[in-house]
Amino acid sequence: MAPRVSLFVTCVVDQLFPKVGIAMADVLERAGCIVDFPEGQTCCGQPAFNSGYRDEARGMALHFLDVFRDCEYIVSPSGSCTAMASHHYAELFHKDPARMDEVRRMASKVWEFSRFLTDVVGVEDVGARFEHRVTYHDSCHALRELGIKTPPRKLLARVDGLTLAEHDATEECCGFGGTFSVKFPTVSGGMVRTKIDSIARSGADTVVSIDSSCLMQIQGALSRAGLPIRTMHLAEVLASR
Amino acid sequence: MPIEQPAKIDQTLQDANLQLAIYSATGRLMAKRKDAISPDVCPDYQDLRTQANLVKKHTIENLDYYLEIVEKAVAARGGKVVYCRDATEVADFVLKLAKERDARLLVKSKSMTTEEIDLNERLEHHHLEAVETDLGEYILQLAHHKPYHIVAPALHLTRYDVADIFAEHLSAERETIPEKQTLMARVALREKFLAADIGITGANFVVADSGAVVVVENEGNARLTSSAPPIHIAIAGIEKLIPRAQDLAVFLRLLARSATGQPMTVYTSFLSGPRRGGETDGPDEFYLVLLDNGRSKLLADKGKRESLYCIRCGACLNHCPVYRKIGGHSYPWVYSGPIGAILSPQFMGVTHDPWLPFASTLCGACAEVCPVKIEIPRILLELRGEVVAAKTREKSNRWERLAFRLYAWAARHPSVWSAMGLAASAVAPDVPAMLNRGPIADWLSQRDLPPLPPKTFRQLWREREGTGVR
Ligand code: SF4
Repeated sequence: MAPRVSLFVTCVVDQLFPKVGIAMADVLERAGCIVDFPEGQTCCGQPAFNSGYRDEARGMALHFLDVFRDCEYIVSPSGSCTAMASHHYAELFHKDPARMDEVRRMASKVWEFSRFLTDVVGVEDVGARFEHRVTYHDSCHALRELGIKTPPRKLLARVDGLTLAEHDATEECCGFGGTFSVKFPTVSGGMVRTKIDSIARSGADTVVSIDSSCLMQIQGALSRAGLPIRTMHLAEVLASR
Repeated sequence: MPIEQPAKIDQTLQDANLQLAIYSATGRLMAKRKDAISPDVCPDYQDLRTQANLVKKHTIENLDYYLEIVEKAVAARGGKVVYCRDATEVADFVLKLAKERDARLLVKSKSMTTEEIDLNERLEHHHLEAVETDLGEYILQLAHHKPYHIVAPALHLTRYDVADIFAEHLSAERETIPEKQTLMARVALREKFLAADIGITGANFVVADSGAVVVVENEGNARLTSSAPPIHIAIAGIEKLIPRAQDLAVFLRLLARSATGQPMTVYTSFLSGPRRGGETDGPDEFYLVLLDNGRSKLLADKGKRESLYCIRCGACLNHCPVYRKIGGHSYPWVYSGPIGAILSPQFMGVTHDPWLPFASTLCGACAEVCPVKIEIPRILLELRGEVVAAKTREKSNRWERLAFRLYAWAARHPSVWSAMGLAASAVAPDVPAMLNRGPIADWLSQRDLPPLPPKTFRQLWREREGTGVR
């Protein structure tokens, strides 16, 4: 039976990179999923949680649980927002055993997009074509909280015409960190410059990742440095033909 | 809005030589660690971490029991355990002993615990000379610097800096070759070793059942410090205990690999008590100072007490992208990097440096490499909550709090939320002109914003569904 997928597009994609959400829907449908978009969704609460506003984050988490309660699979174009729902909600509700059951159930239903394709749908070749030299940025939360290292690479390996050129600092943080980049703009700037130096050394013309917020940070620095390298979400690459 | 933060951060960022020094030194340590834990040379690395974590957890949760055991074991070997509540008590103990034994010169091997309590300054204040004998610490002592890194204290200095420091303080020719610099230090320190009345070491581990202090090092200076002078004082935080000698194997294999990428350090000394009849080396007297200095307060905090598992390997510093930019002197205390970011607020109070728990992207690199599996990002998040709670009590975060409450409220009202989103994208074309002020201007000082799309995902989705276009 075709998996029924509810998109959790995240604030950043909804507001800043809407095409990433559409690309994700396209790819999932091509892979045989039935896709819907629960309109009541807002923010998972991560910015509040990461800023130390736990009560506020809890309110937002409750809303998230409500909106997605009856969904079969919830798929998101972000490792970071996925990890918030699958890993950090437990920290918000650990004193509330009744709620914890629901939190655990939710954790097993929320998937990051690339891993959902390889591990649940079981596809690696989605029929994409993209003739570029690509380097992949491991976003920290996808890599270290969700352990996602190979799924995006498996998918990229099957894209027609694509060459994968890893950069040496692929596992190094881009320096975004949400409010970190606002609270410590110069440190964040220093970090992303280290990142783009490494990206430039790889000779790639496109940086791909599974988190749009990292890509926004990297793109911002590439553009400021005048480097002719663009950023694309994995979903956009996989939607290309 | 940028948070209030030490000026040292931007100074460090702007110093290109220093940036290169930090980045390359930590990078070398990262590469060495990576080789040393690779599956072909250390196949059981992850099991070792799990075991180390469990041993530490067990010891910390039963610390009172092991403290009693170690006290007896040390006494049985002719030494004495001295409990000290804080820095003053340690200094008082050393001063009193020095006075009684008419001691004037002390030699010291590297110890972060003594840095933590400013022991040298306290002794100097009472006209006792305490000489650091670890090469890096010796250089820092001459230059009056604080350690830059918990394992590599002089990481920020190049050999040219060292040449200047030696030329100035040892009244010698300027010498830039590291091997020759080492010899210069060796000559100066030899005399001190031979003349010293008291040797002070730290402790990497204190083995409860045998009462042995374990010190690992590469220079041999700790071995001399503990055996040449007639009195040896080992100073250790109470969290340094491990139950039995057989538990040591796990930690010795992890510590050097994590710290410097060595399978083992050059020297591993087991120091237990004064010289006994028939032994040729060793001190006449041995004291083990067990320091609390706030540790028992941490012990009471279930959620964060794992901060006490730390074996000071420094791996989290080397792998921290923030430490690698802001360096060791931007942190408020002697412990820098991720471990400093969780220890300092707990020891000094969260309101002391409220910026510190926020100075992280929560990238998780620290927790990934920590040999005892301390969940540093989780603890940082807890500390952030505590900072906010403290600020809320003193009402110093009114606007920020209001913003988060409004934002959380909107997020629970989807119609408000999407209306806000629509409004934002409607003004998108005018946004660049609006950005010359406030936090966004700071953000834009470092990077460009993406062009804002004219429609939100929600709008695109409705169009897509409406027209049936695929
Ligand atoms: S926190 Fe872990 S990684 Fe950092 S110094 Fe301590 S033991 Fe090493």
